[in-house]
Amino acid sequence: MAPPAPPSPAVLLRDAVALSGRFPLLAGVDLQVAPGETVLIEGPNGAGKTSLLRVCAGLVPLASGQVRVLGLDPVRHRGRVRRRVGLLSHASHLYDDLTVGENVRFAVRAAGADPARIVDACERLGLTGRLSKTAASKLSAGQRRRVALAVLAARWPELWLLDEPHAGLDASARSTLDQLIVDAAASGVTVVVASHEAELVGSLATRVVTVTGGRVTAERPAAGSAGTTAVLPGPTSLPPAGAPAQGHVAHVA
Amino acid sequence: MWRDSVLVAGKDLRIEARSKVALSQVAPFGVVALVMFAFALGPDRSLMARGAPGLFWVAVLFCTVLAVQRSVSVESVDGARDGLRLSGIDPAGLFLGKAAAVAVQLVVLEVVLGLGVTLLYGARIEAPWLIAASCLLGTVGLAATGTLYGALSAGLRVKETLLPFLLLPIVAPVLLAGTRVWQAALAGGVPADGTQWLRLLVVFDAVYVALGVVVFGPIQEAA
Repeated sequence: MAPPAPPSPAVLLRDAVALSGRFPLLAGVDLQVAPGETVLIEGPNGAGKTSLLRVCAGLVPLASGQVRVLGLDPVRHRGRVRRRVGLLSHASHLYDDLTVGENVRFAVRAAGADPARIVDACERLGLTGRLSKTAASKLSAGQRRRVALAVLAARWPELWLLDEPHAGLDASARSTLDQLIVDAAASGVTVVVASHEAELVGSLATRVVTVTGGRVTAERPAAGSAGTTAVLPGPTSLPPAGAPAQGHVAHVA
Repeated sequence: MWRDSVLVAGKDLRIEARSKVALSQVAPFGVVALVMFAFALGPDRSLMARGAPGLFWVAVLFCTVLAVQRSVSVESVDGARDGLRLSGIDPAGLFLGKAAAVAVQLVVLEVVLGLGVTLLYGARIEAPWLIAASCLLGTVGLAATGTLYGALSAGLRVKETLLPFLLLPIVAPVLLAGTRVWQAALAGGVPADGTQWLRLLVVFDAVYVALGVVVFGPIQEAA
C-alpha cells in the first residue's frame, strides 16, 4: 500500500526574484514552510524579510521564479489566497475616523471571516470598554498594533505572516502576542515571523531562516524547539495549484 | 460583490459622517465657486440665468474632484489600501462601494449647489424631473469615473494634481449633457431636447460602471 501523500507546503518559493523597478527585493529565495510550522525569518535591515512576506501575501509579484501559498499561486488566485492569509505589517490598516470596534468589525467582515470571534479577540487584546469606542486617530502606536492583532486573532487565517510583530508593544502586549502565536501553532496555523529580535521569537519558532541580500543564506533549528525541521530538496518545478508538493518536510528528533 | 459594496459604502459614509469633509469643506467651496462665477458675469441677472446650467455643472465637477480626492486619501493613511487588498475583498464590490459613497455625497452637494443656482442666479426650474434625472445620471457617471481614475492615481506621489488633469477631460460628456438638459429644464433657457442628452448620460454611466467593475482590481493591484 502506498504511503499517504505528504501535505502540500504552506509556503513554497523556488528561486524567487522580486523587483521594485530595477532594485532587487528578493534575489532568488528558496524556502519551504510546512503546514503548522512556525518559522522565524531573521536578517539585518533591508535583507528582504518584509518583501518575502509581501510576496507570500500576493502583494508583490515575482519577476521570476515560482511561489505557492497554501497550494495556490498568490497572484493568480489572489482573492482565495488572501482570505486564508493574514499579514501583520508595519502599517495597522486602520481608518482614523472609525472607532477601534468599527475598524475590527470592518476588517473582519471585509475578509469574509466569521464575526463571532471579534468579541473574544478584542477582549484578549484588551480592546474593551471605552477603548473599543475610541477613534483610531487617538490611539498610540502600540494600541494601533493591538487593534491589528485583534483583527488577525478574529480572522484566525490559516497562514500568519508577521512582520516585526513585537515592535511598539509593551511587555503585556508582547506576552499576549507570544501566547497568540503559540495558540495559533497549536491549532495547526502556519506562522512565518520576520524579525530581527530573534531572542523574542526564537523560543516560539521551530526553525530559523536567515535572509541576507534578498537570499536565504542559512537555516537552523530554533533553540529549544522540541523537534527540528529540515527541508529536504524539493521539486525542480512546482506542482499544479492545489496538488500535493513533491518535496517533503522531515521532522528530525 | 454586492455584500462587499454595501460594506465599503457603509464604511466610507460613516467616515464622512464623522469627518464632515463634504459638508463643511466641499459644499462651501462649491457655493464660493458659484459666487465667484456671479462676480465674473456681472450684475446682469438674465446673463446669469442663461449661464446657470453650465456654471452649476462646472461647480459640480470641481466638487467631484474634491470628493474623489477625499475618497482616495482615506485609503492612503496607515496602509488602509493594502489592508483592503489583503482582505481579499471583491475588487468589483470595492469599486461599486466607493463609487456609491461618492455618489451619495455628490447628490447632497448637488442639492446645495442647485439651491445656490436658483437663489444666486435667479434660475427658474420648469421641468424638475429633467433636473432630477440629469443630476442622478450625471452623479452615477461622475462617481464611477472619479473612483476609477482616483484608483489610477492613488499610488502616485503627484495624485493631488494628476487626478483633476486625468478626470476633467474624461467627464466632459457629463458636463455637456448635463448642461444641455438643464438648459431644457430652466425657464428662458436654450430650447433643447433634454431626453436626447439624458440618453448620452445613460450610455456614459453604463460604459464607466462596467469598465470600473472589470478593471478596478488590476488598477488597484498596479497602483
